[in-house]
Amino acid sequence: MMFSRFLLLSTLLIVSVIGHAELRATGDLGLVIERERGTALIINSSQKTILKRIEGLGDLSHASVVFSRDQRYAYVFGRDGGLSKIDLLLDKIEKRIIQAGNSIGGAISQDGRLIAVSNYSPGGIKIFSSDTLALVADIPAIYGDEQQSKVVGLVDAPGQRFVFSLFDAGEIWLVDVNNLQQPLIQKFKEVGSQPYDALLSPDGRYYIAGLFGESGLALLDLWQPELGVTRILSDYGKQDEKLPVYKMPHLEGWAVADDLMFVPAVGQHEVLVINKRNWQLLKRIPVLGQPVFVMARPDGRQIWVNFAFPDNQHLQVIDVKDLTLMKSLTPGKAVLHMEFTPRGEDIWVSVRDEDRVIVYDTERFTEKARIEAEKPSGIFFSARAHKLGL
Amino acid sequence: MKACLLALVLVTEAWAGTPSDTRQQQLIHLLKHDCGSCHGLTLQGGLGPALLAEAIADKADAFLLTTILNGRKGTAMPPWRDFISPAEAQWLVSYLRHHQN
Ligand code: HEC
Repeated sequence: MMFSRFLLLSTLLIVSVIGHAELRATGDLGLVIERERGTALIINSSQKTILKRIEGLGDLSHASVVFSRDQRYAYVFGRDGGLSKIDLLLDKIEKRIIQAGNSIGGAISQDGRLIAVSNYSPGGIKIFSSDTLALVADIPAIYGDEQQSKVVGLVDAPGQRFVFSLFDAGEIWLVDVNNLQQPLIQKFKEVGSQPYDALLSPDGRYYIAGLFGESGLALLDLWQPELGVTRILSDYGKQDEKLPVYKMPHLEGWAVADDLMFVPAVGQHEVLVINKRNWQLLKRIPVLGQPVFVMARPDGRQIWVNFAFPDNQHLQVIDVKDLTLMKSLTPGKAVLHMEFTPRGEDIWVSVRDEDRVIVYDTERFTEKARIEAEKPSGIFFSARAHKLGL
Repeated sequence: MKACLLALVLVTEAWAGTPSDTRQQQLIHLLKHDCGSCHGLTLQGGLGPALLAEAIADKADAFLLTTILNGRKGTAMPPWRDFISPAEAQWLVSYLRHHQN
């Protein structure tokens, strides 16, 4: 009697211990892309540990990731047109499809039910069910005389809409997907030459595309799209000689802090500060190379900047209080990407040629951890699940 | 005849100054990762066109070489002459000619 009670108790204990160990929350998980291996590491950003390496994701040379709103699934968009749905609880690929020949990024809809992918070839976007990855809509980017354009700068917008830019056509398209049988497409033409990427302001109101073929940015106010696309900063840097750009800046992490917006200049070694109230240039902050990512810490106090080849071993930090450089760091060869923890106490930095990710304390600028990863590139935390435009 | 041609090719390359083994490794790394950010890690194309052997088959060496060294104005292709010598660019072009997927 005594013995069996003991047995029962210990069995219960074992069960509860095992049961407990299997529970995992996903709010502080994320993915680190290993671009050359075609793998991704599931990491925990609180413990600063690797949980699992996910194999077989294809060509990840320009990969990006969005998260389901329950933060259980990560959708990885690969260069080879691959779309993979990773289960962060079970550490595995739940489903993977090849949806185009050459692709660049994606977005998840406001309601979380749709995944849109932007493609270079064939140029356009395709929309899938986030649940099954079944194709639900196909929108080729046809312009002019039956030409097809590469698509860049795809984001989700409030009102169950997607917005994207046509690199070759110089157009911005706003697509309402409330009725999937008949998506409503609004086209804005002649927005500027070669829009190369875009961002959505964190409040979901402004869609802003960076232009490569000419100075300035194209601005669309989604609260009043009937006003059309306007050009901002078109005079900026016109008289200056353009420096070569060895890597395209990315505008996903464009920093909107306070009423200021921080953007990379193109062909100038500067970060531009734009006053969001009147869209005028407030200041040009000289930095040590062509900026690639210009990202605001979640509280908006700091702006972290990385650079294109050949200055990509550095990072610089701007103090938003007085718009000056407050810190320069040299994490190592080929700093490709950065991601803040949700409230910004840490930043994770991928250093491709050193095969590591470095975690910095953003107040003290000290190293908190190093994580071994093979040729790491993009870092994406699940907190993105609840942010517009990410 | 074939051997003769091969010898000629080898001589030309030697004359142009074939990059050292370490430099070749660096160039391949550059091609994969830095050129790859626009042309794709596997050179199948991205913002820039594919650079696989069949894609550049009908383009002359000199044309490709000049593109690499001087870039192309009005496009996203930047000039690499500050980082790659003409001999190294020539080596890259012959490397690309033999690079299939
Ligand atoms: C910032 C983007 C970018 C980078 C980085 C880049 N390229 Fe290009 N490259 C392009 C674009 C865009 C074109 C097409 C230009 C045009 O439209 O004529 C091109 C064209 C070329 C061509 C001509 C191809 C053809 O079919 O005519 C060659 C060769 C080439 N690049 C080699 C390289 C090499 C080698 C590197 C690295 C050392 C490199 N590129 C890095 C964007 C880039």
